[in-house]
Amino acid sequence: MAKVPASPEASTAAALPEKTEIDLKDPFLAAFLAWLVPGAGHWYQGRRHKAVLFFVWILGTFVFGLYLGEGRVVYASLRENDRRLPYLCQIGVGLPAMPALVQAARKTPLQFPFCKDFMAPPQVSQLPNDEDELDRLQKRLHRYWEFGTVYTMIAGLLNILAIYDAWGGPAFALAAPPEKRDEKDDEDDDENGKGGGG
Amino acid sequence: MFGNLAWPLLAAGHINDLWYALPLIVAVSMVYSATRHEAMEAILAGALRIGAWITGFMLVVFAILFAISSIL
Repeated sequence: MAKVPASPEASTAAALPEKTEIDLKDPFLAAFLAWLVPGAGHWYQGRRHKAVLFFVWILGTFVFGLYLGEGRVVYASLRENDRRLPYLCQIGVGLPAMPALVQAARKTPLQFPFCKDFMAPPQVSQLPNDEDELDRLQKRLHRYWEFGTVYTMIAGLLNILAIYDAWGGPAFALAAPPEKRDEKDDEDDDENGKGGGG
Repeated sequence: MFGNLAWPLLAAGHINDLWYALPLIVAVSMVYSATRHEAMEAILAGALRIGAWITGFMLVVFAILFAISSIL
Protein backbone atom coordinates (compact mmCIF):
# COMPACT_ATOMS: atom_id res chain seq x y z
CA MET A 1 0.00 0.00 0.00
CA ALA A 2 1.28 3.42 -0.92
CA LYS A 3 0.92 6.15 1.62
CA VAL A 4 1.72 9.80 1.19
CA PRO A 5 2.61 12.04 4.09
CA ALA A 6 0.53 14.86 5.39
CA SER A 7 0.44 18.23 3.76
CA PRO A 8 3.32 20.55 4.73
CA GLU A 9 0.83 23.38 4.98
CA ALA A 10 -1.34 21.33 7.31
CA SER A 11 1.25 21.84 10.03
CA THR A 12 0.58 25.57 9.83
CA ALA A 13 -3.18 25.15 9.85
CA ALA A 14 -4.00 22.87 12.72
CA ALA A 15 -7.71 23.29 12.16
CA LEU A 16 -7.60 21.55 8.81
CA PRO A 17 -7.89 17.79 8.94
CA GLU A 18 -5.15 17.38 6.31
CA LYS A 19 -2.72 15.90 8.80
CA THR A 20 -3.93 12.38 8.28
CA GLU A 21 -1.91 10.12 6.03
CA ILE A 22 -3.60 9.26 2.76
CA ASP A 23 -3.82 5.58 1.95
CA LEU A 24 -3.59 5.34 -1.83
CA LYS A 25 -4.10 1.54 -1.77
CA ASP A 26 -3.00 0.28 -5.22
CA PRO A 27 -2.12 3.54 -7.04
CA PHE A 28 -2.11 1.97 -10.51
CA LEU A 29 -5.53 0.40 -10.07
CA ALA A 30 -6.79 3.69 -8.62
CA ALA A 31 -5.41 5.60 -11.60
CA PHE A 32 -7.02 3.16 -14.02
CA LEU A 33 -10.37 3.42 -12.24
CA ALA A 34 -10.03 7.21 -12.17
CA TRP A 35 -9.58 7.20 -15.93
CA LEU A 36 -12.45 4.76 -16.50
CA VAL A 37 -15.00 6.81 -14.55
CA PRO A 38 -14.08 10.21 -13.08
CA GLY A 39 -13.95 9.86 -9.31
CA ALA A 40 -14.00 6.04 -9.28
CA GLY A 41 -10.31 5.81 -8.31
CA HIS A 42 -10.82 8.09 -5.35
CA TRP A 43 -13.93 6.18 -4.30
CA TYR A 44 -11.84 2.98 -4.31
CA GLN A 45 -9.26 4.73 -2.12
CA GLY A 46 -11.97 5.79 0.32
CA ARG A 47 -11.55 9.47 -0.54
CA ARG A 48 -15.27 9.79 -1.00
CA HIS A 49 -15.70 13.55 -0.92
CA LYS A 50 -13.13 13.99 -3.67
CA ALA A 51 -14.67 11.15 -5.64
CA VAL A 52 -18.03 12.91 -5.62
CA LEU A 53 -16.40 16.24 -6.46
CA PHE A 54 -14.53 14.85 -9.47
CA PHE A 55 -17.54 12.85 -10.66
CA VAL A 56 -19.89 15.83 -10.51
CA TRP A 57 -17.61 18.50 -11.96
CA ILE A 58 -15.76 16.49 -14.61
CA LEU A 59 -18.72 14.47 -15.79
CA GLY A 60 -20.97 17.52 -15.51
CA THR A 61 -18.64 19.49 -17.76
CA PHE A 62 -18.48 16.62 -20.24
CA VAL A 63 -22.26 16.08 -20.35
CA PHE A 64 -22.94 19.81 -20.68
CA GLY A 65 -20.51 19.95 -23.60
CA LEU A 66 -22.27 17.00 -25.23
CA TYR A 67 -25.59 18.73 -24.63
CA LEU A 68 -24.39 21.90 -26.32
CA GLY A 69 -23.10 19.91 -29.29
CA GLU A 70 -26.20 17.71 -29.54
CA GLY A 71 -24.14 14.61 -28.80
CA ARG A 72 -22.12 15.00 -32.01
CA VAL A 73 -19.04 16.90 -30.81
CA VAL A 74 -17.46 13.76 -29.35
CA TYR A 75 -16.51 11.38 -32.13
CA ALA A 76 -13.45 9.44 -33.18
CA SER A 77 -12.14 9.80 -36.69
CA LEU A 78 -8.76 9.38 -38.31
CA ARG A 79 -10.04 9.83 -41.85
CA GLU A 80 -7.71 11.64 -44.16
CA ASN A 81 -9.96 14.67 -44.52
CA ASP A 82 -11.25 14.64 -40.93
CA ARG A 83 -8.74 13.88 -38.19
CA ARG A 84 -10.64 14.53 -34.98
CA LEU A 85 -7.73 15.47 -32.70
CA PRO A 86 -9.96 16.89 -29.91
CA TYR A 87 -10.95 13.29 -29.24
CA LEU A 88 -7.46 12.71 -27.83
CA CYS A 89 -8.42 15.09 -25.02
CA GLN A 90 -12.04 13.91 -24.77
CA ILE A 91 -11.00 10.28 -24.23
CA GLY A 92 -9.47 11.46 -20.94
CA VAL A 93 -12.88 11.01 -19.31
CA GLY A 94 -12.72 7.29 -20.10
CA LEU A 95 -15.90 5.26 -20.36
CA PRO A 96 -18.27 8.17 -21.13
CA ALA A 97 -16.30 8.88 -24.35
CA MET A 98 -16.06 5.22 -25.37
CA PRO A 99 -19.28 5.04 -27.45
CA ALA A 100 -17.41 7.17 -30.00
CA LEU A 101 -14.95 4.30 -30.59
CA VAL A 102 -17.81 1.84 -31.04
CA GLN A 103 -19.57 4.19 -33.46
CA ALA A 104 -16.35 4.76 -35.41
CA ALA A 105 -15.81 1.02 -35.78
CA ARG A 106 -19.29 0.43 -37.17
CA LYS A 107 -20.32 0.88 -40.79
CA THR A 108 -23.83 2.00 -39.87
CA PRO A 109 -23.94 3.90 -36.57
CA LEU A 110 -26.05 2.71 -33.67
CA GLN A 111 -29.18 4.77 -33.15
CA PHE A 112 -30.25 5.88 -29.71
CA PRO A 113 -33.75 7.07 -28.80
CA PHE A 114 -32.42 10.21 -27.07
CA CYS A 115 -30.09 11.29 -29.85
CA LYS A 116 -29.80 10.31 -33.49
CA ASP A 117 -26.24 9.33 -34.50
CA PHE A 118 -24.96 9.85 -30.94
CA MET A 119 -21.12 10.17 -31.07
CA ALA A 120 -21.09 8.87 -34.64
CA PRO A 121 -18.52 10.39 -36.99
CA PRO A 122 -20.31 12.66 -39.46
CA GLN A 123 -20.05 11.84 -43.13
CA VAL A 124 -17.44 13.81 -44.98
CA SER A 125 -17.20 14.29 -48.69
CA GLN A 126 -14.08 13.62 -50.70
CA LEU A 127 -14.91 16.52 -53.00
CA PRO A 128 -13.50 19.85 -51.86
CA ASN A 129 -16.55 22.05 -52.52
CA ASP A 130 -19.22 19.54 -51.64
CA GLU A 131 -21.26 20.38 -48.53
CA ASP A 132 -21.19 17.28 -46.35
CA GLU A 133 -22.76 16.30 -43.02
CA LEU A 134 -19.90 17.80 -41.01
CA ASP A 135 -20.37 21.15 -42.78
CA ARG A 136 -24.11 21.08 -42.14
CA LEU A 137 -23.61 20.19 -38.46
CA GLN A 138 -21.13 23.02 -37.95
CA LYS A 139 -23.40 25.47 -39.77
CA ARG A 140 -26.47 24.45 -37.78
CA LEU A 141 -24.83 24.33 -34.36
CA HIS A 142 -22.67 27.34 -35.12
CA ARG A 143 -20.76 28.41 -31.99
CA TYR A 144 -22.29 25.62 -29.89
CA TRP A 145 -20.16 23.21 -31.90
CA GLU A 146 -17.07 24.99 -30.58
CA PHE A 147 -18.46 25.40 -27.06
CA GLY A 148 -19.35 21.71 -26.91
CA THR A 149 -15.94 20.69 -28.22
CA VAL A 150 -14.11 22.90 -25.72
CA TYR A 151 -16.23 21.76 -22.76
CA THR A 152 -15.72 18.08 -23.53
CA MET A 153 -12.00 18.56 -24.18
CA ILE A 154 -11.52 20.39 -20.89
CA ALA A 155 -13.44 17.66 -19.07
CA GLY A 156 -11.01 15.09 -20.45
CA LEU A 157 -7.99 17.18 -19.53
CA LEU A 158 -9.31 17.81 -16.01
CA ASN A 159 -9.70 14.09 -15.53
CA ILE A 160 -5.99 13.67 -16.25
CA LEU A 161 -5.33 15.86 -13.21
CA ALA A 162 -7.71 13.67 -11.21
CA ILE A 163 -5.94 10.52 -12.45
CA TYR A 164 -2.62 11.93 -11.27
CA ASP A 165 -4.18 12.75 -7.91
CA ALA A 166 -5.44 9.17 -7.58
CA TRP A 167 -2.01 7.82 -8.47
CA GLY A 168 0.25 10.08 -6.46
CA GLY A 169 -1.92 11.90 -3.95
CA PRO A 170 -2.50 15.64 -3.86
CA ALA A 171 0.28 17.97 -4.97
CA PHE A 172 0.11 20.57 -2.25
CA ALA A 173 0.34 24.14 -3.37
CA LEU A 174 2.26 25.72 -0.51
CA ALA A 175 5.24 24.65 1.51
CA ALA A 176 5.39 25.28 5.22
CA PRO A 177 7.22 28.46 6.27
CA PRO A 178 10.95 27.83 6.95
CA GLU A 179 10.74 28.33 10.72
CA LYS A 180 7.96 25.75 10.96
CA ARG A 181 9.95 23.32 8.88
CA ASP A 182 13.00 23.82 11.11
CA GLU A 183 10.90 23.08 14.19
CA LYS A 184 9.58 19.93 12.54
CA ASP A 185 13.10 18.84 11.58
CA ASP A 186 14.21 19.33 15.19
CA GLU A 187 11.29 17.24 16.41
CA ASP A 188 12.19 14.51 13.93
CA ASP A 189 15.84 14.59 15.06
CA ASP A 190 14.75 14.32 18.70
CA GLU A 191 12.57 11.32 17.89
CA ASN A 192 15.39 9.63 16.00
CA GLY A 193 17.77 10.32 18.87
CA LYS A 194 15.40 8.72 21.37
CA GLY A 195 15.07 5.67 19.17
CA GLY A 196 18.87 5.31 19.29
CA GLY A 197 19.00 4.99 15.50
CA GLY A 198 21.20 8.10 14.99
CA MET B 1 -31.80 14.52 -24.55
CA PHE B 2 -29.63 16.50 -26.90
CA GLY B 3 -31.88 17.14 -29.85
CA ASN B 4 -35.12 18.91 -29.14
CA LEU B 5 -34.57 19.49 -25.44
CA ALA B 6 -31.40 21.49 -25.95
CA TRP B 7 -32.84 24.33 -27.86
CA PRO B 8 -35.53 25.64 -25.49
CA LEU B 9 -32.84 26.25 -22.90
CA LEU B 10 -30.32 27.76 -25.27
CA ALA B 11 -32.73 29.74 -27.39
CA ALA B 12 -34.77 31.02 -24.46
CA GLY B 13 -32.47 33.64 -23.13
CA HIS B 14 -30.02 34.42 -25.93
CA ILE B 15 -27.33 34.11 -23.31
CA ASN B 16 -24.23 36.19 -23.87
CA ASP B 17 -21.41 33.90 -24.93
CA LEU B 18 -19.20 35.12 -22.11
CA TRP B 19 -21.48 33.39 -19.58
CA TYR B 20 -20.36 30.05 -20.97
CA ALA B 21 -16.98 30.73 -19.37
CA LEU B 22 -18.49 30.73 -15.88
CA PRO B 23 -19.21 26.98 -15.50
CA LEU B 24 -15.79 26.24 -16.93
CA ILE B 25 -14.06 28.57 -14.47
CA VAL B 26 -15.90 26.94 -11.57
CA ALA B 27 -15.16 23.41 -12.81
CA VAL B 28 -11.49 24.10 -13.48
CA SER B 29 -11.05 25.85 -10.11
CA MET B 30 -12.74 23.06 -8.16
CA VAL B 31 -10.90 20.20 -9.88
CA TYR B 32 -7.51 21.92 -9.87
CA SER B 33 -7.87 22.84 -6.21
CA ALA B 34 -8.98 19.30 -5.37
CA THR B 35 -5.77 17.94 -6.87
CA ARG B 36 -3.73 20.13 -4.53
CA HIS B 37 -5.59 19.66 -1.26
CA GLU B 38 -7.27 16.87 0.61
CA ALA B 39 -9.62 18.57 3.09
CA MET B 40 -12.87 19.98 1.76
CA GLU B 41 -12.35 23.35 3.47
CA ALA B 42 -8.94 23.73 1.85
CA ILE B 43 -10.34 22.65 -1.53
CA LEU B 44 -13.10 25.27 -1.41
CA ALA B 45 -10.75 28.01 -0.23
CA GLY B 46 -8.26 27.10 -2.95
CA ALA B 47 -11.01 26.99 -5.59
CA LEU B 48 -12.16 30.45 -4.59
CA ARG B 49 -8.62 31.77 -4.90
CA ILE B 50 -7.97 30.12 -8.26
CA GLY B 51 -11.39 31.17 -9.60
CA ALA B 52 -10.72 34.77 -8.62
CA TRP B 53 -7.29 34.60 -10.21
CA ILE B 54 -8.64 33.21 -13.51
CA THR B 55 -11.46 35.78 -13.60
CA GLY B 56 -9.03 38.60 -12.87
CA PHE B 57 -6.65 37.38 -15.55
CA MET B 58 -9.48 37.21 -18.09
CA LEU B 59 -10.65 40.70 -17.17
CA VAL B 60 -7.14 42.08 -17.65
CA VAL B 61 -6.87 40.40 -21.07
CA PHE B 62 -10.34 41.72 -21.93
CA ALA B 63 -9.34 45.25 -20.91
CA ILE B 64 -6.15 45.11 -22.99
CA LEU B 65 -7.97 43.79 -26.07
CA PHE B 66 -10.77 46.32 -25.59
CA ALA B 67 -8.25 49.16 -25.35
CA ILE B 68 -6.42 47.97 -28.46
CA SER B 69 -9.65 47.62 -30.43
CA SER B 70 -10.73 51.12 -29.32
CA ILE B 71 -7.47 52.66 -30.47
CA LEU B 72 -7.31 50.88 -33.83
